[in-house]
Amino acid sequence: MTQIALAVENLSFAYGAKKALDNVGFNVQSGECTILLGPNGAGKSTLFSLITRLYDAREGRIELCGFDIKKQSLRALAKLGVVFQQTTLDPDLSVTQNLRYHAALQGIGRKAADARIQDELERLNMFERRGEKVRQLNGGHKRRVEIARALLHKPSLLLLDEPTVGLDMPSRQAIVEHVHALVKQQDLAVLWATHLIDEIAADDSLVVLHKGQVKAKGKLADVLQATGAADAGQLFNQLTLGPSA
Amino acid sequence: MSVLHYWRAMAGIVGRELLRFLHQRERFVSALVRPLVWLFVFAAGFRAALGIAISPPYETYILYEVYITPGLLGMILLFNGMQSSLSMVYDREMGSMRMLMVCPLPRWFLLCSKLIAGTAVGVLQSYAFLGIAWLYDIQAPLMGYVWILPALVLVGMMLGALGLLLSSFIKQLENFAGVMNFVIFPLFFMSTALYPLWKIKESSEVLYYLAQYNPFSQAVELIRFALYEQFNQQALIFTGAAFLLFMGAAILGYNPSKGMMVRKGGGD
Repeated sequence: MTQIALAVENLSFAYGAKKALDNVGFNVQSGECTILLGPNGAGKSTLFSLITRLYDAREGRIELCGFDIKKQSLRALAKLGVVFQQTTLDPDLSVTQNLRYHAALQGIGRKAADARIQDELERLNMFERRGEKVRQLNGGHKRRVEIARALLHKPSLLLLDEPTVGLDMPSRQAIVEHVHALVKQQDLAVLWATHLIDEIAADDSLVVLHKGQVKAKGKLADVLQATGAADAGQLFNQLTLGPSA
Repeated sequence: MSVLHYWRAMAGIVGRELLRFLHQRERFVSALVRPLVWLFVFAAGFRAALGIAISPPYETYILYEVYITPGLLGMILLFNGMQSSLSMVYDREMGSMRMLMVCPLPRWFLLCSKLIAGTAVGVLQSYAFLGIAWLYDIQAPLMGYVWILPALVLVGMMLGALGLLLSSFIKQLENFAGVMNFVIFPLFFMSTALYPLWKIKESSEVLYYLAQYNPFSQAVELIRFALYEQFNQQALIFTGAAFLLFMGAAILGYNPSKGMMVRKGGGD
């Protein structure tokens, strides 16, 4: 049964006088990949900071799997796996040491952690490189390790903040395919922030964010039909560059 | 969240810090070089110029090198505390601090764990310094090396909490250098680390009061007395109170709704 993994309602946020998000609202369902599409400065990273409770919003509400991020933050965060835009692995530690550290933060014991690390790394074809220092990995491999880390505690919602920025095309494609496969196999909910149109699959849902406001949301096909755009690229330009944007 | 979860997380944070410390040998060496230069060069040079009268906890005339040793231990912990917070600013810029903050544990607990991890490294550095000082013939009573442990831990926590507080105010790494100059140097030079209070009073009454109420002075005196198997109640109270004050403010600084991080802004 489809469940709402993330519910964002009437969310507004400002840095001083500068409004970053204005009455934002959308849902992310389990077993669904939702693309958060927006140009630089749209408010995507601010939205991620609020969902991960780096900041608290004074207006609006965020629920993760039914838990309010402000009132039940620990339960809510336990459901969350995150890959931030910048690499957050420790370059001086090995792949396994990085993953064990994350497992400890999630309260997973050493034996269970090692089993899960093996599972996740094998799935991403990284198990052979488990002993290497992160510093020695290329950008694509670092991203795979970060995805493995985000999934280690079996979250219900995976947040990906522009995870393919700076990667070459084969690495990007591998990550896009892997995440979409996870959505189907594990009934995972994914919120993927990006400004790269070619990362959107036909059956993805879409939230278009521009200047802190949601300009469109829904299944890609429905949004295209509603706006009259021929494809996601045209839709993006129409909503973010057009006269009404 | 179970007690086991808290324990595993703290062990993970402390273990990671120690692992990083072991991997970064140059960090260990450079942390020791600074106080050793002060001990071998500065103290040796000033030995003749600065006579130290008998004052507690010393029961006889002492060499300047002996006087300065607790101050240099304080220096190690001060720099370590600031380096830990420097790494937190770096971590936050690089995003790994965000990773820590996203894990399902209370923020105060995560900050305390970070603090304990940083202090553990500082205490190791302090004992390494004491070992070298021992070989240089600066020797305290044997039990002093046991007594000093809780003092080093408390001072390390207090200075680490100050660093933590500072890191909550700073958005970018570049801003940190200025704060280091405005915090480390005044704290260190306006204290009893290099000269006793009565000596400071001879030259400036204002400086004397500033040094007396400088939490770093109290921290150095706590270490000095502990090294000679003595208990300095005033120093303990001051250092403990400073720790609670800095830690409370740091927790507030990292609070997602009230903290400085919100006011400083970020993201896109």
